[in-house]
Amino acid sequence: MYKKTNKFVENKRLKLSNSQLKWETIFRRILIAMSILLVVIILGVLATLIVESMPSIKSLGIGFLWGKVWDPVSNIYGAYPFLVGTLLTSFIALIISVPFSYAIAIYLGEYNPKGWLSDLLKNAIELIAAVPSIIYGFWGLFVLVPIIRTFEMKIGVAPYGIGVLTSSLILAVMIIPYAASLGITLIRMVPSPLKEAAYGLGATRFEVIRSVIMPYTRSGLFAGVLLSLGRALGETMAVTMLIGNTSAVADSIKNAIFGPGNTMASVIANEFTEADHTEYLSALIELGLVLFFVTVIINLIGKRIITRFTND
Amino acid sequence: MELNIGLRNTKSAIFKGIIVFFAFLITVPLIVVLGYIIKQGIFQVNWHFLTSVPAPVGETGGGIINALVGSFIMVMVAAVVAIPVGMAAGIYLSENPRSKLAYYSGLCVDILQGVPSIVVGIVVYFWIVKPLGTFSALSGSAALAIMMLPIVIRSTEQTLKMLPDSLKEAALSLGVPYHRVILKVIVPCGFAGILSGIMLSIARVIGETAPLLFTAFGNPYLSYSLTKPMESLPHLIFTYATSPYDDWHNLAWGASFILLMFVLVLNIFTKVLTRKWKVQL
Amino acid sequence: MESTIVKAENYNSYFGDNHVVKDVNISINKNEVIAVMGPSGCGKTTFLRGINRMHELIPNATSKGKILLDGENVYDMNAIYVRSKIGMVFQRPNPFPNLSIYENVVAGYLLNGIKISKADKDVIVEKSLTSAALWKEVKDSLHKKGTFLSGGQQQRLCIARAIAMQPELILFDEPTSALDPISTSSVEALFHELKANYTLIIVTHNMQQAARVSDRTAFFYMGELVEFDDTKQMFTNPADQRTQNYITGRFS
Ligand SMILES: Nc1ncnc2c1ncn2[C@@H]1O[C@H](COP(=O)(O)OP(=O)(O)O)[C@@H](O)[C@H]1O
Ligand SMILES: [Mg+2]
Repeated sequence: MYKKTNKFVENKRLKLSNSQLKWETIFRRILIAMSILLVVIILGVLATLIVESMPSIKSLGIGFLWGKVWDPVSNIYGAYPFLVGTLLTSFIALIISVPFSYAIAIYLGEYNPKGWLSDLLKNAIELIAAVPSIIYGFWGLFVLVPIIRTFEMKIGVAPYGIGVLTSSLILAVMIIPYAASLGITLIRMVPSPLKEAAYGLGATRFEVIRSVIMPYTRSGLFAGVLLSLGRALGETMAVTMLIGNTSAVADSIKNAIFGPGNTMASVIANEFTEADHTEYLSALIELGLVLFFVTVIINLIGKRIITRFTND
Repeated sequence: MELNIGLRNTKSAIFKGIIVFFAFLITVPLIVVLGYIIKQGIFQVNWHFLTSVPAPVGETGGGIINALVGSFIMVMVAAVVAIPVGMAAGIYLSENPRSKLAYYSGLCVDILQGVPSIVVGIVVYFWIVKPLGTFSALSGSAALAIMMLPIVIRSTEQTLKMLPDSLKEAALSLGVPYHRVILKVIVPCGFAGILSGIMLSIARVIGETAPLLFTAFGNPYLSYSLTKPMESLPHLIFTYATSPYDDWHNLAWGASFILLMFVLVLNIFTKVLTRKWKVQL
Repeated sequence: MESTIVKAENYNSYFGDNHVVKDVNISINKNEVIAVMGPSGCGKTTFLRGINRMHELIPNATSKGKILLDGENVYDMNAIYVRSKIGMVFQRPNPFPNLSIYENVVAGYLLNGIKISKADKDVIVEKSLTSAALWKEVKDSLHKKGTFLSGGQQQRLCIARAIAMQPELILFDEPTSALDPISTSSVEALFHELKANYTLIIVTHNMQQAARVSDRTAFFYMGELVEFDDTKQMFTNPADQRTQNYITGRFS
């Protein structure tokens, strides 16, 4: 019985082995092809954006970037209002979010890395990242906007409700998880001998955090902030719903912050399907191209810093 | 230094207080948003809501079946494309970490992760919508698939990298061909991690609106056709939330509640299943 | 009547430019137990992995020369076929964590997609586990995962997995170096039994082990096969000064 199996298996084995060699090669080629496909997708994205924004690049040149007027009806296209809008919303959001991200990172990384309370908080943070931006936008429109409007009346600015500040507030909440969760990981990577040495010298918790943990993780935490910034710059839906979609440049700092505006992403979302002639569409795509470059570069710098940090 | 030890301890305690305060303050917006969506949405949901198309302006009632079906179809089609492609690329990256191709495609994954979703929408518009001459579910799926790819790739790559080489060696030494080693040993051993990446990528794209604006567009009617415009939950929410009608707002609250539940359930499922199915090495 | 089962002819291995196994000539008989000794880094593992063509799986790794298995050069054969005909047991036990004990034993068939009947599988599992002296311990838990076993049991499971493929030759790369003394002696005891049906090549770091289990011993030094002789002869009266130095512990 055993011998019979032996012979039978032997023959099968040889036959199979020969066909398997062919499949091995095919399989390896598929893996390679799929990896190449990724490169092709990215090159394709880049090529499409460049080709489609060519008409605008050619006719408007680099001046597009600081053109202050965006008036499709008169065929005038300047990106300045959107650059300002994008930078303003993102940086306000970033400034609001950083204390939270750092606090969460320090709390979950150092004070309370284990246990049910820390699990709960960690899940909450993951949940914040998981909630779709359209839901933040919708909520903001119906709950936050009236609150801001009341607030604006109190402080005596035009009570739009919607606008740059409102968008930034929602954006701040949305981007906190990105810097926070990276920060938690990094702070946990601080070697305990370093901390113990400081405690051994009689340092308090606060002193250890300030003079051991913070210096050690500074570059990594900064990278987390960059990733948050990348998110904020490209975020579309929540901002589109809350920013007010005004392409005029504000006449004062107060209006720039409290009044309505537009970001690169929001103007694309709003006007892309309405763009009825080549130059208009092409100008919008050029905004997309700028957005692509800015977010990609910020992300890559962030990732590079993280890689360097974790490899050291 | 010894003298003001009391002061230093107080400082440390105050600092801790500030940290705890800020760390937990973040749960407030989360609870407020979730609470509000649930409060507004939960009573909109009933059988009629889940099984009928939206009612025209002026009529009450109506539902979101077109968006439910549309989201389901588009996400499934996207997943069917993105999962095998993403897993294959992820396997390649973990198996050939030092190759030139791995460097460039790894870079492309990083880039893809940072591309704003609206830009993906623009590009797919020119790749599929313009050549076909119409907005279509197919183009929506393509956009979502591109959004899924980096998540699937990275989770596959990271999971497989953690498996010991000895596993692969064991199989190879038995005369198992490479593709079977990967598909029958390596991938099953990393199944939990890969699955969690897949589920998270689905949870992520099911709520994506921006890439669908110029691709699937939207459709007030129930449609199953991949070559016609299709509604989706997030796009329906966007359309109806920004409309001036209360009935439509209610529809959008209901849809938001459903979308939120999908995302929540997917996230919880991922946590539970990955813990349960993790292969003990 | 002794017959040669495996023979290396001017066999060389390289990692890139690094010449690791140098011009090895050796001839091993059927049903022999061969110990391969030598200081760490001398190329024992690399040589062993050249026999079943595992060496070439490492990027940049190449080899030159012949390994004859039953007179046929393995480098002219289908690599997958060669590997399925030669068993290999590694330093660390590596049962498949996704498979049960039962499936681990027949993994060579399962993973290769070789279809055999349940009855045949049952026979193979019982015979292989019995040969690996593990049957009694696991016969009531065949459907538990293999990773729940102790280290020594896992290593015997890996031996059973190799035996199940009915190889003529089994390669062992320091099979007991990750095991505790009791597990080690259970695996060593097994070598004596396996000898009746198989040819074993055992890389070992441990000279006592080589002396205990092997018929002949090969001593490698800096990639060269310095000496290959009867184990007793080698340990009592080595021909080469380098072997002498090694067994008297002058370097390790
Ligand atoms: N994967 C590898 N890549 C490059 N060089 C290797 C690799 N494995 C082993 N080597 C080199 O080959 C030589 C022999 O190694 P090995 O055969 O593992 O020695 P042994 O098993 O006798 O300790 C060593 O000098 C080692 O540096
Ligand atoms: Mg070795």
